[in-house]
Amino acid sequence: MAARNSISPQIEPMKRYLIQFAHEHLDFRVQEIRSILSLIGCQGIMKEKDLSDGSPFMEVELSSETVAKALMQRTVLSKRLYELWGEGTSVYDINTQIKQLPKEILEPYTSENSSFRIVVETFNKKLSTLEKISRIEKLTEPDSIFYGPIKLNCPDYSFHLLEFYHFDGTSQPASEPSKVYFGRWIADGQRARIQQYHLQKRHFIANTSMDACLSMVMANLGQIKDSDFVFDPFVGSGSLLVACAHYGAYVAGTDIDFLLLHARAKPSRAKQKTRSRNESVRSNLQQYGFESRYIDVLVADASRHKMWREGSQFDAIVTDPPYGIRESAARIANVENAKVKSLENGAQRYPQKTQYQLGDIFRDLLNFAAQFLIKGGRLVYWLPIYKPDYQESNIPQHPCLEVESNCEQPLNSTISRRLITMVKTGEFKGPESHGEQKASIAVDHYQCETFRQKYFKATEMEANEKEKGGPPSSSNSYS
Amino acid sequence: MLTSNIIKGVTKGFPLGITPTKVEVKEVDFNPTFIVKTLTKIDYSALYQAANDVGHAEGLPEKLEDDVKENEDLLKKLHNALLQVEVIEGELVCPESGRKFPISNGIPNMLLLENEVENVTQ
Ligand SMILES: C[S@@+](CC[C@H](N)C(=O)[O-])C[C@H]1O[C@@H](n2cnc3c(N)ncnc32)[C@H](O)[C@@H]1O
Repeated sequence: MAARNSISPQIEPMKRYLIQFAHEHLDFRVQEIRSILSLIGCQGIMKEKDLSDGSPFMEVELSSETVAKALMQRTVLSKRLYELWGEGTSVYDINTQIKQLPKEILEPYTSENSSFRIVVETFNKKLSTLEKISRIEKLTEPDSIFYGPIKLNCPDYSFHLLEFYHFDGTSQPASEPSKVYFGRWIADGQRARIQQYHLQKRHFIANTSMDACLSMVMANLGQIKDSDFVFDPFVGSGSLLVACAHYGAYVAGTDIDFLLLHARAKPSRAKQKTRSRNESVRSNLQQYGFESRYIDVLVADASRHKMWREGSQFDAIVTDPPYGIRESAARIANVENAKVKSLENGAQRYPQKTQYQLGDIFRDLLNFAAQFLIKGGRLVYWLPIYKPDYQESNIPQHPCLEVESNCEQPLNSTISRRLITMVKTGEFKGPESHGEQKASIAVDHYQCETFRQKYFKATEMEANEKEKGGPPSSSNSYS
Repeated sequence: MLTSNIIKGVTKGFPLGITPTKVEVKEVDFNPTFIVKTLTKIDYSALYQAANDVGHAEGLPEKLEDDVKENEDLLKKLHNALLQVEVIEGELVCPESGRKFPISNGIPNMLLLENEVENVTQ
């Protein structure tokens, strides 16, 4: 303890807590916690190694319960957080340890007028009710630390005995736990929001709407906070904006698809014949009471940066660029010497769209972010990856932007997508200045058609498998 | 109308003129923090012009004094202009080229035609 404190500049002593994660988006969990801690301006020491053998538990040292609660107010990848009272490989270890805890920790929660319960949870092994009861009895035997009455419903305090059994996925799970924890429940994470914002109940969805959980993870990695101004250049149905508005941001976006923004596109739900007139990004925000956070959406081409006034600034840019088969990646063509077409009585004419190369999409996005983010503002976006070819140099770079995190969501054995978070660290020198800074990709793994071919071949194969009733992949996972 | 303050016309056209045919004033929660923060970023004279274009400039000063922060009454008027007044149908007009961008359903269409896109070799 003392040694650790000397590393951290914090004067406050750190206390031990335990996070129980959901078994989902494994590569994102630590980054989500790190990002939230930095957003709320708090120190935390995470024992990331705890997670390495597939365990959902990670010890974290925080300065106070207030910090712990603030953390749980935002994380969607954590289920629960406990004050860590003991840790070992058996219930006996726990029993010995908790008896040695100092009075200040025990007494407020274990005195005779505090009711309590003990919940036993195991991972990779099912325990019978009898086995659970025997563990609880062990912890509450006559000379135990608990003096209060047991109360299963709504007790004053909840304690959890958590056992993790190693399982490598092939043979049998281990018969003895590799890790046993005991903790006092402090708070739940935001898992319930995933249902609250579920796409099934969303007023307006598009073919590539982002699911509620990942949208909120993106908002957390973007460090979206109250009164921020957030922009999504590829807004679609605005699912990322809904998550950002949940954290108090004012939101705006653009999309090139006029029909989609005007609810005239083909419906995305299987049973629906036509879209209802009021399917819009605005109505999605309205659905959750965030209408006050809606600034605007515009039909516009995200590659045309000249439509933004110099000096206008966003606190964050959170986006899912087009890269898939399900929606077109387009930008307005520049046809030289094209005949001037007259716009008769305001008719909406569709400009010719050309193919928008993947590499260009990301270079444009970074250039845009470098120019229009506030300093310290974050850019959060997805990169499609063909795993056998992936290397770190595929990540687009910009002299004003630094990679903050890079989390992988595997889609199948060969393709994945990576959520990249960048922070604007340098001042953008305008195009007028010499040596304008520009985005680049050291090794453009999208350059040749082969990326598209490989990537889409892999997605199609997966789709076929699904039709044949193969193993279900994580739904809505590629766009 | 905050948006009209951050977008331009074809290349340099700013501020865009607004020709409204249908304007609505939506009730939006007043959040002085956001308004104060936004005022540091916007071009006020452009906002003033926009408010005039849509006929909702009443009570707005031509120039902003430094003490806006303390003036809740004014902040509320600015809040109204920035967040509540909304052009549902109409046009944005590029002062440089005269190019009109239609607004329908409250959504401006900023797409340019092929021949309007300047040659950007990226
Ligand atoms: C992956 S989807 C984003 C979906 C969105 N996150 C949602 O919740 O619905 C990408 C979107 O980018 C749009 N798009 C494609 N090319 C564009 C361009 N050049 N400028 C702006 N939007 C574009 C597509 O119409 C599509 O809606």
